[in-house]
Amino acid sequence: MSTPEPRLPVLKTYKLYVGGKFPRSESGRVYDVTDSRSTWLANAPLASRKDARDAVAAARKAFGGWSGATAYNRGQILYRIAEMLEGRRDQFATEVAAAEGVSRNKALARTDAAIDRWVWYAGWADKVTQVAGGANPVAGPFFNLSTPEPTGVVALLAPQRSSLLGLVSVLAPAIVTGNTAILVASHEAPLPALSLAEVLATSDLPPGVVNILSGNTAELARPLAAHQDVNAIDLAGAAPELATELEVAAADNLKRVLRPTTDTDPHTPWTADPGTSRLLSFLETKTVWHPIGT
Amino acid sequence: MTHGYARRYGAVVTMPTDADTSSDAALRRQLHGLPGVDAVGLEARAAALGTRSIKTTAKAYALDLAISMIDLTTLEGADTPGKVRALCAKGANPDPTDRSTPKVAAICVYSDMAATAKEALVANGAPEIKVASVATAFPSGRAAMAVKLADTRDAVAAGADEIDMVIDRGAFLSGRYLQVFEEIQQVKAECARPDGEEAHLKVIFENGELATYDNIRRASWLAMSAGADFIKTSTGKVTVNATPPGTLLMLEAVRDFRAATGRQVGVKPAGGIRTAKDAIKYLVMVNETVGEDWLSRDWFRFGASSLLNDLLMQRQKLSTGRYSGPDYVTVD
Repeated sequence: MSTPEPRLPVLKTYKLYVGGKFPRSESGRVYDVTDSRSTWLANAPLASRKDARDAVAAARKAFGGWSGATAYNRGQILYRIAEMLEGRRDQFATEVAAAEGVSRNKALARTDAAIDRWVWYAGWADKVTQVAGGANPVAGPFFNLSTPEPTGVVALLAPQRSSLLGLVSVLAPAIVTGNTAILVASHEAPLPALSLAEVLATSDLPPGVVNILSGNTAELARPLAAHQDVNAIDLAGAAPELATELEVAAADNLKRVLRPTTDTDPHTPWTADPGTSRLLSFLETKTVWHPIGT
Repeated sequence: MTHGYARRYGAVVTMPTDADTSSDAALRRQLHGLPGVDAVGLEARAAALGTRSIKTTAKAYALDLAISMIDLTTLEGADTPGKVRALCAKGANPDPTDRSTPKVAAICVYSDMAATAKEALVANGAPEIKVASVATAFPSGRAAMAVKLADTRDAVAAGADEIDMVIDRGAFLSGRYLQVFEEIQQVKAECARPDGEEAHLKVIFENGELATYDNIRRASWLAMSAGADFIKTSTGKVTVNATPPGTLLMLEAVRDFRAATGRQVGVKPAGGIRTAKDAIKYLVMVNETVGEDWLSRDWFRFGASSLLNDLLMQRQKLSTGRYSGPDYVTVD
């Protein structure tokens, strides 16, 4: 009996996710992604500023439809994404284990935490208006109502070390309220983010609501921070010096800026109860005065 | 002939300059005597000209040139005097945040709005911007000759500096070339003003309806022989509008026409040109096909409405280094 030929594994070509499609970088560049022991895992696209520009255009195009969808509908789509994540639990656990250099069990626990967090944020879709808005007492014959509205196109710099839980913790709160997002994945560990794109593409999420770029964080963040058509930026994945520079660039069109938390332990801020602060960061309050009677 | 970069990739295509235009048969003989178009070669050449990378100072020059060549257009059933005035204000001052932005070449409207446009341009301090009026039962061209001529006369009387006429595609496609020829001549005669000036005549072929490249070449020669000042690709009202190969073919026709007769004719692609990138591709094509003689608003125009905003956003990106967005241009 001859021994069977060893099977050649089929390697995955990781690609960007822009406007519901999976393009390669416009620049044609890729970079090596390695695990924590420097073993090669895959080539990830090294996106350029023009990819960032295209992503912003896609996000802007998607904003009207996504922000205009009912909160119920957005919630349902986010639950659907959680269902898809659950189905790919093993794949994500493998990618998280490789990316973060942890045991299989620990990686599974982090993946589960990410899925649970996604579900938790999905539940906020039709509740955030009641919590963040309300009827204001005014001295006059008016109904005075404040309602939160999405800020617009949000650029998110995903946390560098928490490759899935951190990612979910910045992405879900931004889109659940109706914003559209450009997510710059962790430079060292982009694979869970690029796989998340496949989940998003098969979950009824309209094209362009989430756009995922991998590459050099600083190279992508600078044009995004300066972009006049980006309304807010989350600096979670920016190193302190870069964060300062981006904040200056973002001031020109009065972007909302969410500063990074300065915590030394890479996982602590993401495993803790997130609270509603991120959810409420990318909202604008609209107040209407309506005459009583008549 | 042309100088600079313009190179010729084939023999001069021409009709006899003393063309016999006395009958359909004679016209047909001459138009069908033009050599057939090498469609594959034409498309390859147009595609190759679209691959040039235009950056930094050259890009800045190209953007300003493209803005200055725009016929800013509104041709909707829902056009109101207010909308036309807003468009004129935009054409006179495309980017209020940057006064160095050039003005557009013309405002293109239906003939009943020509007077409004003329007035608004003067009021905006930009009387040098032309008013172009479509005429002759635009966009279909399906009306009696008397109606078409009256339409033209009205537009000229209302102060239109340029008349965009459509040819009768039905007559052209069924081979009644003489009818098309005479129609252009008659409309051209209506463009004359009492003061001796005359409105420029642009002849629209509606390339999308002519079906073949050979037809576009024939229509170009027919219109130029009949006295067109400009030849224009399309109305913007059908599925296929200006395409790079169709425009390239028309550019070759005006080049060869000038070589044969000494008279220069302009070209106007219209419809479907929405991005600065597309516009720059057309400018490259002009420079490489007919040369710098055509690189001005007098000889090359873009018929467009949304193109202007993209050009302005690109211009802002170049001057500030920041990507701009639709919040920074007027939405019309």
